Amino acid sequence: MKKNRPIPWLRVAVHIIGWLPLALLIVYFFTNTLTVNPIQDIEQRLGRIALYFLVATLAVTPIYTVSGWGAVLPRRRALGLYTFFYAGLHILVFLGLDYAFNFPQIIPLLFGKIHLLAGVLAFSLLLPLAVTSFDYFIRRMGRNWKRLHWLIYPSGLVVILHYAWSLKGNLFTLQGNIIQPLIWGLVILVLLILRLSPLRRWISSARRKVCGLH
Amino acid sequence: MERKLRDGAIPTSEITPYSSYLSRRDFLKAAGIVSASAFLAACGMNSSAGPSAGIGGPTSEPIRGSGTPTPSAPVPDNAQGLLTDELGNPLNTLDQITHYNNYYEFSTAKDAVASLSQDLKTSPWSVQVGGLVQNPKTYGIEDLLKFQQIERIYRLRCVEAWSMVIPWTGFELADLLQDVQPMASARYVRFVTLADKSQMPGESDPTYPWPYDEGLRLDEAMHRLTIIATGMYGQSLPNQDGAPLRLVVPWKYGFKSIKAIVKIELTEKQPETFWNNISAREYGFYSNVNPNVDHPRWSQATERRIGELGRRQTLMFNGYYDEVASLYTGLDLRANY
Repeated sequence: MKKNRPIPWLRVAVHIIGWLPLALLIVYFFTNTLTVNPIQDIEQRLGRIALYFLVATLAVTPIYTVSGWGAVLPRRRALGLYTFFYAGLHILVFLGLDYAFNFPQIIPLLFGKIHLLAGVLAFSLLLPLAVTSFDYFIRRMGRNWKRLHWLIYPSGLVVILHYAWSLKGNLFTLQGNIIQPLIWGLVILVLLILRLSPLRRWISSARRKVCGLH
Repeated sequence: MERKLRDGAIPTSEITPYSSYLSRRDFLKAAGIVSASAFLAACGMNSSAGPSAGIGGPTSEPIRGSGTPTPSAPVPDNAQGLLTDELGNPLNTLDQITHYNNYYEFSTAKDAVASLSQDLKTSPWSVQVGGLVQNPKTYGIEDLLKFQQIERIYRLRCVEAWSMVIPWTGFELADLLQDVQPMASARYVRFVTLADKSQMPGESDPTYPWPYDEGLRLDEAMHRLTIIATGMYGQSLPNQDGAPLRLVVPWKYGFKSIKAIVKIELTEKQPETFWNNISAREYGFYSNVNPNVDHPRWSQATERRIGELGRRQTLMFNGYYDEVASLYTGLDLRANY
């Protein structure tokens, strides 16, 4: 008789969360709840969803550092790939639905408009991470894999600029529509600070003391 | 006096298709049919349709008639694009116009404004008109009915690169300004929106310089295309579209057309304006629709007409070039964006 494997709840949860936004988007589309300008709404929703997954990906290690919950660590890869998936859909909607793959029109936009340039840059930084996310590369690349995947931080910060610059606000004078990008930018900064080695070691040892381990 | 103020502002051709000969009921009925044709356009079936309706295009009918609608013209028979602007573009539907609103006093989410604005108290309402005028006045909404009531089908082009075609009702701003008699020193007109956090939740957001204010050069304000709208689609103006009265300047980006006006002031100096205060490099005082001058962060060359899938080329001065270009003779439109 086969031994019953425990259901990997966390893993299942991550995949449900991963597909839920797309499922909702499809439901919204067919129930006409995507405003009267659905292309723009889909485009912007996909961008925000990608950002949320990016933040979730960045949160995995700090969550482990603070809580010592080791089960979250293997889930980081799936979260990272969902980030890439939604970022890719976001770009595909921009290129295909919004601009009908009209590249003579799109190319000058991509390189002439700073918010689009930031978006292109952020996605280009995510691309090698997605490609090298398989076990094969993790084994092959050794220490370099970690170095390469550090790129998620600059990508996160550039995404915030992309977000802020696409809205009608001024990030530098803090005027206009900037609350959302500002909040998410601060979240990414905090997650980044929590990764700094000295702080991370200090938090880990403090946690061990509090929990009475070691 | 009137002629003098209007000199140079009178377009040579009649740009507005007057639906005013339709009775209100016919107007609404026709509008309902247009909804169907806009739906067809949304499905991409009508995308190349040119001017198809009898009432589009220039007409020789004088704009300031006796004040009574002329009932003679029959309602055109073809259902598709029955009501269009003078370029043959079908009207957007009432549903589209009332559920996609940039109105940050209520919300930055365009689809949330409709419900959040329902409790705005638009009656009683008064508008203070003063500053450099001989005859400052405070008008109640009912006082505004004394101005020649008009219907205008205008394109509205948002700075965010989407657009609509909207049938407004209201009166020409010039009529109101003539009523208060601008002094010779008056060069600009400043408009201010209601400031009331209890009714306009968005005004509690401290990152914006409330209240919303806007401005025009006096000759722009006196131009015959510049109107104060008090209604839309033959009914009173919905709250989310700027009730009880708003400015409509069809050749400028939508944010110039300030909503829920409580104050109009004639000034000598160029007034400060809301978006210009937030980011002067991005939102100039003029903000004329211009496909050749990009917003620093995004292109203005194309736009999406709400209800359509593809993008359209944006027209110079939003298609009102013949009527308004003379206002800007000798002005560098790149420097004065």
